[in-house]
Amino acid sequence: MPHPAAVADRPFARFLPARLFPDRWGFATLAVALFVATPLIAVATIALTPAPEIWRHLYNTVLFGYIERTMMLIAGIGLGTLLIGTGTAWLVTMCRFPGRGLFNWALVLPLAVPTYILAFVFTDQLEYAGAVQGALREMFGWRNRQDYWFPEIRSMGGAITVMTLVLYPYVYLLARAAFLEQSVCVLEVSRTLGKNAWQSFWHVALPLARPAIVVGMTLAMMEALNDFGTVDFFGVRTFTAGIYDVWLNMDNISGAAQLASVLMVFVVVLVVLERMARRGQRYHHTSTKIQALPSYRLTGARAALAVVFCALPILLGFVLPASVLVSYAVVFFDVTLKANYLTITLNSISLSLGAAVIAAAIGLVLAYGLRMGAGPLPRAAVRFASIGYAVPGAVLAIGVIVPMAGLDNAIDGFSERVFGVSTGLLFSGTVIAILYGYLARFLALSFGTVEAGLGKVSRNMDGAARTLGASPIQTMARVHFPLVRTSLVTAGLLVFVDCMKELPITIILRPFGYDTLATFVFQYASDELFEESALGALTIVAAGLIPVIILSLTTLRSRPGHAGGDRA
Amino acid sequence: METKLPQIKRLFAAFAVAAATAAGSATWAQAADTEINLYSYRQPFLIQPLLDAFTKETGIKVNTVFAKKGMLEKIKAAGDNSPADAVLTVDIGRLYALKDAGVLQAVKSDVLDKNIPAHFRDPDGLWFGLTSRARVALVSKERVKPGELTSYEDLADPKFKGRICVRSGKNAYNVALIASMIAHHGEEGAEKWLRGVKANLARKPQGNDRAQAKAVFEGVCDIAITNNYYMGKMMTNDEKPEQKKWAAAVRLTYLNQDGRGNHMNVSGAAVTKSAKHKDAAVKLLEFLSSDAAQKIYAEDNQEYPVKPGVPYSKLVQSWGDFKGDTLSLEKIAKLRPAASRLVDKVGFDEGPGS
Repeated sequence: MPHPAAVADRPFARFLPARLFPDRWGFATLAVALFVATPLIAVATIALTPAPEIWRHLYNTVLFGYIERTMMLIAGIGLGTLLIGTGTAWLVTMCRFPGRGLFNWALVLPLAVPTYILAFVFTDQLEYAGAVQGALREMFGWRNRQDYWFPEIRSMGGAITVMTLVLYPYVYLLARAAFLEQSVCVLEVSRTLGKNAWQSFWHVALPLARPAIVVGMTLAMMEALNDFGTVDFFGVRTFTAGIYDVWLNMDNISGAAQLASVLMVFVVVLVVLERMARRGQRYHHTSTKIQALPSYRLTGARAALAVVFCALPILLGFVLPASVLVSYAVVFFDVTLKANYLTITLNSISLSLGAAVIAAAIGLVLAYGLRMGAGPLPRAAVRFASIGYAVPGAVLAIGVIVPMAGLDNAIDGFSERVFGVSTGLLFSGTVIAILYGYLARFLALSFGTVEAGLGKVSRNMDGAARTLGASPIQTMARVHFPLVRTSLVTAGLLVFVDCMKELPITIILRPFGYDTLATFVFQYASDELFEESALGALTIVAAGLIPVIILSLTTLRSRPGHAGGDRA
Repeated sequence: METKLPQIKRLFAAFAVAAATAAGSATWAQAADTEINLYSYRQPFLIQPLLDAFTKETGIKVNTVFAKKGMLEKIKAAGDNSPADAVLTVDIGRLYALKDAGVLQAVKSDVLDKNIPAHFRDPDGLWFGLTSRARVALVSKERVKPGELTSYEDLADPKFKGRICVRSGKNAYNVALIASMIAHHGEEGAEKWLRGVKANLARKPQGNDRAQAKAVFEGVCDIAITNNYYMGKMMTNDEKPEQKKWAAAVRLTYLNQDGRGNHMNVSGAAVTKSAKHKDAAVKLLEFLSSDAAQKIYAEDNQEYPVKPGVPYSKLVQSWGDFKGDTLSLEKIAKLRPAASRLVDKVGFDEGPGS
């Protein structure tokens, strides 16, 4: 077997005959990836029944509208998260201005807010009858809608704004971690060569952080692609709206699955294109010299601008929704309390915790499998398995239920024949179905995080461990695991926060009488009765807060030599 | 003593119980119908009072799970092992889709046949309507004169340009309404009509039914198309008194009273083919069609009871008598895909001026 490091350093090595067929690690990786990707494969299988009349109809009517709006949505969200996430990350890492210590961790807070809740709060405040327009009318003496102009909140702009505010923390977290890791030397060199602070940012820091930023943007854009609730609320008919329409109004699930498959192909193409654009560029640190980051002290107007730029996303994305929820919860708390509040909270937390542990573990196995030099096939399977994040949740749920119920029925039939005992729905009728759905949906989060963490561990470590006689498993357990512990925790926390908010998979796959905070909130929210379930919604946010704050602090501590820094 | 079982033993006991329950749910279930599993497209808080009354009367516990999509696929995938005994829906579309997928079983019950008029149930007993609801116009008391709007056809009249508010054309209630227009006027006629309505919209379709009444109150438009019971719910909303103001700004108007009558939809129920507790499921349906339950529907939800002789709520009565369209519900359900395509074709959801 070629030395792992040697393989990595010679890209052509993977095309050597020996690597065409996956080895043991390759097979293991492939098997796990296929297990996670099964729901996606199931969706693709449902799509095999031709539905030409649906396509003819869509082509002649709304298809290009769907595509256009979807493109606008993800472009807007991509740009928005890039701007806010990278901008704030740069400011809090490299500059000194009042409130920086607070912004440093508070900028992650909106991640704990479910998009549909922010959407509701925004609309509630900004629509005609809302507080903002009411105050404006009062102030200027306007009587009705004809007297003045106000932007329509239920619009593409509204959807982009709301989703950007909730999703920018992905970019922020990853960009900040990337900036923190950069060696000061490159920045110093750039300054010595005559670049000013801005130029250093554009020409050195930003390109170095590009892979991390792109991962964050990809996550945000995939989340935007799979969303239905929020865009529906804003009256923006995207591709996902089309999928649900073909499924539920035109009674054609194959057509819907075909649309979903097109979405998957689209995501694969996007990811591949980005990787190709980056090919040949390497982002290794050229120096290990780490010292305190330079702090550009901002004063006067610049400091004020920096404060506003950092404070706005927190105010709009967290403080506003949280305080509105609190005010509703004070009035309507009894509705939530009556509904087994404790049980549903515990359900939410235990499910999310379970999913977080599983997703982090599987993320580690897959990332390590790829590092061990798995061939092109396992590599492709892992990439495929992680696009579940872009698939609309309800469609993914169908992808879970079909193969799982099939397996259940097979086991049931076998057990009935052999033992005369019916086993019923062992998996699909229990919370195992939900956990599997979460895994299929959120693998992108855990795998991406762990892979990035592993990537930072020098290949020389593997080589040294192996030379000293450790097996790959031992190497993982004794060398890599301690080194990527932070990444694993981060992966688990990200998945936890997202599972707390998850709705479509939970609501379809849950067993009888099983509620989570999200499904509880939804039964009211689906009738636009948010106030009644405000305490439930507030609990989702609160439960997400602790992991979100830990997340923020762990990445902060990850800088070697930085306050309290340890590993890596 | 038993409470101090060592961890391992307790774990083992838990597994044994779980295994027994899993096995038992399928094998011993036939013995005693002490519970029933219900898939509901209606929000639990709406149906809980009815289910509680059922449990009190029969001692049968009702386990529910609420979802708006995916349940048909879930029942289908689980096949004979599906735990669902009955399904509760909010419109004819879902009932028909379930029937069409072949996951329902025929129920023969004299009680149901007696309580539910023939046009509100499937001829073969595959589904049963439990309440009916009318898609009505809520018109501004100030800006729409009585008699100015009398029919769905009027909604396409240019005199209402910029005055109509409605939610997405893809909403199940609107799809059913448009399907009924196709049934009465043919696809071409319905298309022309829908284009006319679209041209008269005050804004891009958005929000739910109540939001349309609110828009009339705010002066955004003069006419809102909603289900009748939302009017009742707004009028009686003590927790959010602002909704009473929205309701006070509008007058409920039944349409096509000189002709075929107002478009109607049903909420209904059905028993699944794989029901393990069929008797209890039928009992539940019978209960839901009984005087007691129909009265709860009428009083709490402001819907129309299907059972003849059960009075409408006082509030609903105050809107006067009306004539409902007796067009076959099944026909409406079958025309749903065509209606949905029509919404795409005329670009209804893109709003006026597009």
